[in-house]
Amino acid sequence: MKSAVVVFPGSNCDRDAAVALEQITGEKPVMVWHGDSELPDVDLIVLPGGFSYGDYLRCGAMAGQSRVMRDVKHKAEKGTAVLGICNGFQVLTETHMLPGVLMRNANLKFVCRPVGLVVEETQSAFTRKYGAGQRVEFPVAHGEGNYVADDETLDRLEGEGRVVFRYAPGDNPNGSARNIAGILNQTRNVLGLMPHPERVCDPLLGGTDGRALFESLIEALS
Amino acid sequence: MTEITPQIVRQHGLSEEEFARIVKLLDRQPNLVELGVFSVMWSEHCSYKSTRVHLRKLPTKAPWVIQGPGENAGVIDIGDGDVCVFKMESHNHPSFIEPYQGAATGVGGIMRDVFTMGARPVAMLDSLRFGEPDHPKTRHLVSGVVSGIGGYGNCMGVPTVGGETAFHRCYNGNILVNAMCVGLAKADRIFKSAARGAGNPVVYVGSKTGRDGIHGATMASAEFNEDSQEKRPTVQVGDPFTEKLLLEACLELMETDAIVAIQDMGAAGLTSSSSEMADKGGAGIEIDLDKVPQREKGLTAYEMMLSESQERMLMVLKPGREAEAERIFKKWELDFSVIGVTTDTRRLVVRHRGKIVADMPVHALSDAAPVYERPFVRRAPLAGTPAYDQAKPVMESLLRIVGSPDMCSKRWVWEQYDTSVMADTLQHPGGDAAVIRVHGTKKGLACTTDVTPRYAKADPYVGAKQAVAEAWRNLTAVGALPLAVTDCLNYSNPEKPEAMGEIVAGIEGMGEACRALDFPIVSGNCSLYNETQGEGILPTPCIGGVGLVRNVERMATPAFKRERDAILLIWDREIGHLGQSVYLREIEGREDGACPPVDLALEKKNGDFVRYLVESGCVDTVHDVSDGGVLVAVAEMAMASRIGATIDVPDLVYFRDQTSIPASQLLIPFLFGENQARYIIAAPQDTCDRIASWAWSRGVCVNPLGITGGDKFMVRHRDLGGWVPVDEGDGIELSRLIRAHEGWLPAYMNGEEIPSAT
Repeated sequence: MKSAVVVFPGSNCDRDAAVALEQITGEKPVMVWHGDSELPDVDLIVLPGGFSYGDYLRCGAMAGQSRVMRDVKHKAEKGTAVLGICNGFQVLTETHMLPGVLMRNANLKFVCRPVGLVVEETQSAFTRKYGAGQRVEFPVAHGEGNYVADDETLDRLEGEGRVVFRYAPGDNPNGSARNIAGILNQTRNVLGLMPHPERVCDPLLGGTDGRALFESLIEALS
Repeated sequence: MTEITPQIVRQHGLSEEEFARIVKLLDRQPNLVELGVFSVMWSEHCSYKSTRVHLRKLPTKAPWVIQGPGENAGVIDIGDGDVCVFKMESHNHPSFIEPYQGAATGVGGIMRDVFTMGARPVAMLDSLRFGEPDHPKTRHLVSGVVSGIGGYGNCMGVPTVGGETAFHRCYNGNILVNAMCVGLAKADRIFKSAARGAGNPVVYVGSKTGRDGIHGATMASAEFNEDSQEKRPTVQVGDPFTEKLLLEACLELMETDAIVAIQDMGAAGLTSSSSEMADKGGAGIEIDLDKVPQREKGLTAYEMMLSESQERMLMVLKPGREAEAERIFKKWELDFSVIGVTTDTRRLVVRHRGKIVADMPVHALSDAAPVYERPFVRRAPLAGTPAYDQAKPVMESLLRIVGSPDMCSKRWVWEQYDTSVMADTLQHPGGDAAVIRVHGTKKGLACTTDVTPRYAKADPYVGAKQAVAEAWRNLTAVGALPLAVTDCLNYSNPEKPEAMGEIVAGIEGMGEACRALDFPIVSGNCSLYNETQGEGILPTPCIGGVGLVRNVERMATPAFKRERDAILLIWDREIGHLGQSVYLREIEGREDGACPPVDLALEKKNGDFVRYLVESGCVDTVHDVSDGGVLVAVAEMAMASRIGATIDVPDLVYFRDQTSIPASQLLIPFLFGENQARYIIAAPQDTCDRIASWAWSRGVCVNPLGITGGDKFMVRHRDLGGWVPVDEGDGIELSRLIRAHEGWLPAYMNGEEIPSAT
């Protein structure tokens, strides 16, 4: 599986994503600079976590306008898989590749801790190696992860099986509507999630629950 | 041109004698720009004029030390061509005035010190001291400082992995914010600040210069008074996004060989970076202020030379390499400007609008800075063991201690820090030391910050020794070999002989401990004048320790791993030292008595044994005994694992001196005494014989202390009828301990009524 990681000024989980991808897929991802107008031909594009453009204006807003995002959008429309983690998820909502917005955490504080997640949907290229309803643990690390959308959108996301990860009951760290932690687009090739699967791919780091996400992609895309 | 009056000299924090010295060095009156430059370079903050003669006594060398004090940060060899670069620094005064920006720029400044040396920062730690919780400013300061540290570190993508947070009324008007940064580099790619050679371009990179932070270094070298709030404009404003770009751009340029020297612009900005670089390289520097990127119009030469605008660096490049460097900085959308050239005149010459506005010999600013042998008196250490009520129920005291402001869980703090970014954090906050994997290897770096100010007040010499010993012990407890130290010496006014005595004794105590433990000091900083309206802080010599875990698959953490493990105590066989203990303060309301003695030879023997147990793979559960004593240490291990424990107080025969105390009075000193050189370990019962025989052969004292398991926490002692619980009932629910431990800080920060722990 060929992959690319987009690097915006202020991205800081780009290396973490690249390390996890290389470890699991055996292939080094291509690192793509935000100012490039075209991405290489790959199976998976990762928008990593961080503080792109210092979170100025709104998280992800300026990265959403960057040159490389035009091609990300174009490739996503053609069916390339796109994974947005944390700040990457914020970029995906800012570019309307995913519905809804990510607001300040309900308690207005940055939060970093492991959270329990429920894998709600295994009918996707990102989660097919998980069991339906499986309970996993990924860390979160964000100040703006409070997922908000109108009821109609939320109903549609749930109805179409596009809510892929939910915070486990009682473990919602940011006040997200309906405990939503990660969602798919309509064509199911774009996933945005706030928790960090790339930080739990190594037993020494306290868990390997994130591996199945990348293994799912290998199986689905290779 | 402004005439230099005695009043202007005073406003610059310079004494009459110091001014006369400047006139002599220049052989004329300085102008205002020059006076400003001298005032910051000769400030306590930059010149260490009160401490320099004493700091020379510290041990700074070892075969693994590559760079000791005097550079932007210390460097140690960690094998395989890898080096660790680290330093700790204070940002106390700015953080009291403006907690968010003060703390944030403290983090930014120390990170720049580390990446200036060519290292990628991989961990941040913070040692924080606030006033008493009831003080009207404390909550606001805690909230601002914690979000400032998080705001900067999180955006930089560097995990904040450890530190300490404590409260005491002596910090009511003068909080302490000490930040430590640890970075990794390759041994053959270390960058220094000596600007060698003439005719090399001097380059300014990073943010533009504004009016912020003018005279910050001078502020940090004066006592606080009621007008201090008016100094708010001298606090700098941080921009972590720009710093992140600056980090990546600098590291990218460092891949080439274009750089001769590099130094960050921290305290005293352009002034100290240019003069220090020239001084270290034996060169001169000429700079043209018209070429300095400026944020606003009409900046004067005085303002530009003294501005402490953040996220700026000064570099000396090899001639002809400017274009290559500029391309990298432009890619990262940063300012890049050649502002001057190195010369062979050994003078710092500053031009502005076509005129020379300052022209000073470089050595006048550094070597010729005044050095004071300030008078000091050695205060007799506090002595004796205070009386206490021997009938207080043990479990109730334990509940109160684990739920007290200093001893409660600091989860509320560290959950606001990104602790796992960079995907190498192996041990998170809450343990004895944080451990970060050396990226792509099996090695780990253990890091900790420690000091016990109440000990240093009782005995400035032993207290400083203890701070070093505790840092060494914390590193050892995770299985690391302690390698080197950075320090942040927070003291009060050195012009008062008693305070100066605390400083001198503190430096001597640190020196002794560092020598005995093979734990040299490679970097650090002094923060003096921590005093408000004449009242000084407790002496707070904060120690940042770094150690090497040789194989990260063999580490220890405090949390119990299994039910029915034996709990063992590695110790000194002493009854228990209650003077200056947390127990006395929290339960008896007294802060007196002698602080615990520190036996460095025993410290080393016990610690080396513990490390051997961990490295051999025999033991994976270790916690050092410190604040709160043995019982609090075991309770912390239980709470971290949610596995209960039963503690059995050893019979009197196991104590060295059985006659000094009746058995009935053993309980409280043994359980809550804060003797040093102690560790608690837990291991499967069938390994105990092996551990005991290894201990015996090394002359280490190990005693059984109990067993893990269940959901209760209980202490028993031997009675006529066998082992019986020390209090009524059969121990307490572990969940109650956890509630008390986790409850205090969130409730306090939310302004809720604090629930009574008992």
